Amino acid sequence: MASGLHNSDIPNPVLRWIDQRMPVFTMMQKEYGSFPTPRNFNYFWNFGALAMVNLVIMIATGVFLAMHYTPHTSMAFDSVERIMRDVNYGWLLRYVHANGASMFFIVVYIHIWRGMYYGSYKAPRELLWMLGVAIFLLMMATAFMGYVLPWGQMSFWGATVITNLFSAFPVVGEWIVQLLWGGFSVDNPTLNRFFALHYLLPFVIVGVVFLHVVALHITGSNNPLGIEPKGPQDTLPFHPYYTAKDSFGLVIYFIVFAAIVFFAPNYLGHPDNYIPANPLVTPAHIVPEWYFLPFYAILRAVPDKLGGVLMMFGSILVWFVLPWLDRSPVRSMRFRPIARIAFLLWTAAFLVLLYCGGKPAEEPYVTISRLATAYYFAYFLVILPLLARLEKPLPLPESIARAVLGGGPLPGGAAAKPMEKA
Amino acid sequence: MFRTTLKAFAVLGSLVAFAPAPASAAGGEEIHIPDTRFSFDGIFGTYDRASAQRGFQIYKEVCANCHAMHLLSYRNLRALGLTEAQVAAIASTVQIQDGPNDEGQMFERPGRPSDRFRSPFANPQAARAANNGALPPDLSVIAKARAGGADYLYALLTGYGDPPPGVTVMEGMNYNRYFPGHQIAMAAPLNEGQVEFSDGTPSTLENMARDVSTFLQWAAEPELEERRAMGIKIILFLTVLAGLAYAVKRKIWADVH
Amino acid sequence: MAASGGASASEGTPRRDFLNLVTASFAAVGVGAVAWPFIASMQPARDVLALASTDVDLAPIAAGQAITVMWRGKPIFVRSRTPEEIQAARAVPLSELKDPATDQSRIQRDPWLIVIGICTHLGCVPLGQKPTDPRGDYGGWFCPCHGSHYDTSGRIRKGPAPLNLAVPPYAFTSDTKIRIG
Repeated sequence: MASGLHNSDIPNPVLRWIDQRMPVFTMMQKEYGSFPTPRNFNYFWNFGALAMVNLVIMIATGVFLAMHYTPHTSMAFDSVERIMRDVNYGWLLRYVHANGASMFFIVVYIHIWRGMYYGSYKAPRELLWMLGVAIFLLMMATAFMGYVLPWGQMSFWGATVITNLFSAFPVVGEWIVQLLWGGFSVDNPTLNRFFALHYLLPFVIVGVVFLHVVALHITGSNNPLGIEPKGPQDTLPFHPYYTAKDSFGLVIYFIVFAAIVFFAPNYLGHPDNYIPANPLVTPAHIVPEWYFLPFYAILRAVPDKLGGVLMMFGSILVWFVLPWLDRSPVRSMRFRPIARIAFLLWTAAFLVLLYCGGKPAEEPYVTISRLATAYYFAYFLVILPLLARLEKPLPLPESIARAVLGGGPLPGGAAAKPMEKA
Repeated sequence: MFRTTLKAFAVLGSLVAFAPAPASAAGGEEIHIPDTRFSFDGIFGTYDRASAQRGFQIYKEVCANCHAMHLLSYRNLRALGLTEAQVAAIASTVQIQDGPNDEGQMFERPGRPSDRFRSPFANPQAARAANNGALPPDLSVIAKARAGGADYLYALLTGYGDPPPGVTVMEGMNYNRYFPGHQIAMAAPLNEGQVEFSDGTPSTLENMARDVSTFLQWAAEPELEERRAMGIKIILFLTVLAGLAYAVKRKIWADVH
Repeated sequence: MAASGGASASEGTPRRDFLNLVTASFAAVGVGAVAWPFIASMQPARDVLALASTDVDLAPIAAGQAITVMWRGKPIFVRSRTPEEIQAARAVPLSELKDPATDQSRIQRDPWLIVIGICTHLGCVPLGQKPTDPRGDYGGWFCPCHGSHYDTSGRIRKGPAPLNLAVPPYAFTSDTKIRIG
C-alpha cells in the first residue's frame, strides 16, 4: 500500500481504489454499517430517519416545482394552478410538496417530543439538541415563506401578519419590516425574495442536519432507558438491524403520506388560499398553517404586542437552554414519576394551544390559551428545575442488555448511580 | 402500563394534530351546509360526465354573463367527453381579442381550443361597475376556494328565498340561507326551465344546481379521478411492501430478541 | 436497503434470501416509479402542446419578398418566390444535393416556400429574409454562424449543416391564408 493512502478494507477493487483516496465508503460502513446502536430502540427512534427522508422529498419536489413557478404577484397564483392543470404530474409534485410540509412537521414534532420524553437533550448531547432546535427554526422560516409563494389570500395575509410581528420591536422594528418587505407593504419584491430564500434555506437545513448527525455519531444515540450502553452486549450494528426497522417505519410513513396526498390533499390547507391575494380585503378569519398554531396561540394569549411577540419567540428559544433547566441526572421519564406527569401535561398544553390557535380570538379560547401558555413556560422555567432537586427517581436498570433480556431493574440497590458520566 | 398510556397519548396527539383548522366566520353564527350526494363523493367517486356537460352548458348560458373562469381553456372540455370537433365548435362561437397585428392594432378573432375561456369583463373594475359594485368571483377554482366545496355551491344555488320575519335585506341584496351573513349581491341565478338540455333532462332548480356544482368541482380539480386511481394503486403497493419489510425486519431481529 | 444484509448473510436460509430478494425488488420498482413523474414533469406541459397553431396572411407579401413569423417559439420563413427562383430550385439534379429532395416535395402551392428558419447544423437563424441580407452562394439563405448555404428551396448546398431547412406542418385555409401547426 502506497504511503498517504487510506488503509481500506472495502473488497470491491473499484470502490477500494476510490476509498483509498477518499474514504467515504469506510466512513459509510463505520457510521451506518457497523455503528454500535443501543439494542432497545422503540419505534419513536424511527422519526429521525423519517425526517431525513422527508427533507430529501421536499427538496426534490421543490426543485422540480421551481422549474414551473413564476415569482411575480401578477402570475404566481396562475402559475401554481398551471402546475396543477397543465404540467405533467404537476398536481402530484405540488400536493406532495404542500402536504410534505405538514408531514415534515408531524415527523419533527414527534422527534422533538421523543427527545424531551427520553431526555435526549441531556449531557453529553446538549449540542446535538441545540442543533436540532436550530433545524426546527429554519424549518419554520422555510415553511412560512413557502406558504407565501402561491399568492393566495392566506399567503398574502399570513405574510403581512408575520412580517408585522417585527414591528413590535422598539426603534428598529419599522426598519426591519421595511427590510423584509423591500417596500411599504407585502408586494412583488417581498414575493421575489421569499422565493429566493425559500429555495436557499433547505440547503442550509441540509448543512445543519449534517452537523446534527456528526454530533449524534460522537455521543451515540440515547435510548428509551436513558442509560449509556456499557459494552457490545448493549448494542447492535446499525445495519442490518436498524436499517431494516427504519425501512419498515418508512413504508408505514409513506402509506400515511400517500393517503393524505391522494385522498385529502387540501384537508390540511385552507380554502381561502385558493382565492388570489387581494391587498384590499382581509379574510374574515385568518389562521396560519396548523403546525404554527401553538405558537400563534401563545402570541394571541398575551394582550401586549411586544410581549406577545417575545413570548412567541421565547417559547421556542427556551428549548435551547432546556439541557440546563433540567438538571436531573436521570434522562428517561420512565424513571421520573412526577416529571413524567408534568411532561405529559405539557404535551396536553401544547395540543390545547394547537387547538386554540385555530379558533377565533374570543372567549373561552383566550382564557384557555393563557392558562396553557402559563403552564408551557412554567414547565420549563419552574417545574423542571425544581423537580431536578426534589424528585426521587425510580431505580435504573443495571444495563440495557439486562433490561431487554429479562433482567429488569435490580431490586433495591444499584439505582443510586443514575448517570455514568458527566 | 407506561408504554400503553404513552402510545395512547401519541395516537391522540396525532389525531388532534390532524384536525383541520376550523373555518368558522368570526363573530357570525355557524351555518350548517347540508351534505349533497355527488357522483364524485368517496374515494372511488368519479365525475358524472353527462351532468358536468350540462353544468358547462349552464355556465355558458347563465353564469358566464358575469363570472369568468380564466384558468380553463376550451381544450380542457375534452376531458368531459366532448369531441375535438365539438370543442372547436364551442370555441369558435366566442370572439377572442388577439394581437397586436402588423399595424399595431388589437383585433378580434374566433376562439380556438387552446384559448382560455373568454372573460365577460375586461378587468375587475369593469365587472364591479356592471354589477352594482359587487365583484362576481372567478369560478375556476371556486370549489376549492369555499369551505364545503361542491356541497356549499349546491346549497348556495338552492338557498334563495324570502328572509325570515324580522330580517331586512339591504337594497340590491338578496336573502340566501347558506351565504355567510345571508345577504348576497347575486340574485338567484337559476330558475326552473331556464336552460334546455339536449339530453331531455328536466331543468329543475335541483338538477341545474347539481349539474353546475359538478362542473365547477371538475373545473377546480380536473386531476381528481387520476389522483384517486393512482392513490389506490400506490397504497396497495405500499401495503404489500410494508408486509414484506416487516417480515424482513422480523427475520433479522429474530436472533436478538 | 434491507436486502443487502452483508452482516447477516452468513446464516441466511433460502427462504430469507428469497424474502430479501422480493422485498428489494419491490422497493426498487417503487423507487423507479417515483422517478418517472419527475422526469415527465420536464416534458412540454399540456398548454405548451396546445399552443401549436399560427395563422399567417399571405396577401401583403409581394413576389421576391419574405416574412418571418413565430410558431412554437421558432421563426418560420414564408417566402414568395420569383419564377426565376422557382426555376433555379427545380433545375438542380437531385444527385447534386446533400439531402436529396425535389422542390415540389417541399411546397404545397407556388410561389410559397414555407420552412422553419433554424439552421440544421446547430440552431442559428440563417440570413436571407431581408433584401439587404446575404443569401449565400445559391440565392436562398446563408447561416453566418458556421457558413451553411441554402438554395431557393431551403435545401442545404454547402457548409456543415447536414439537412435541408425543415418544412413545418401547415395548410392553406384560403387562397391567401395559411395555418401553421
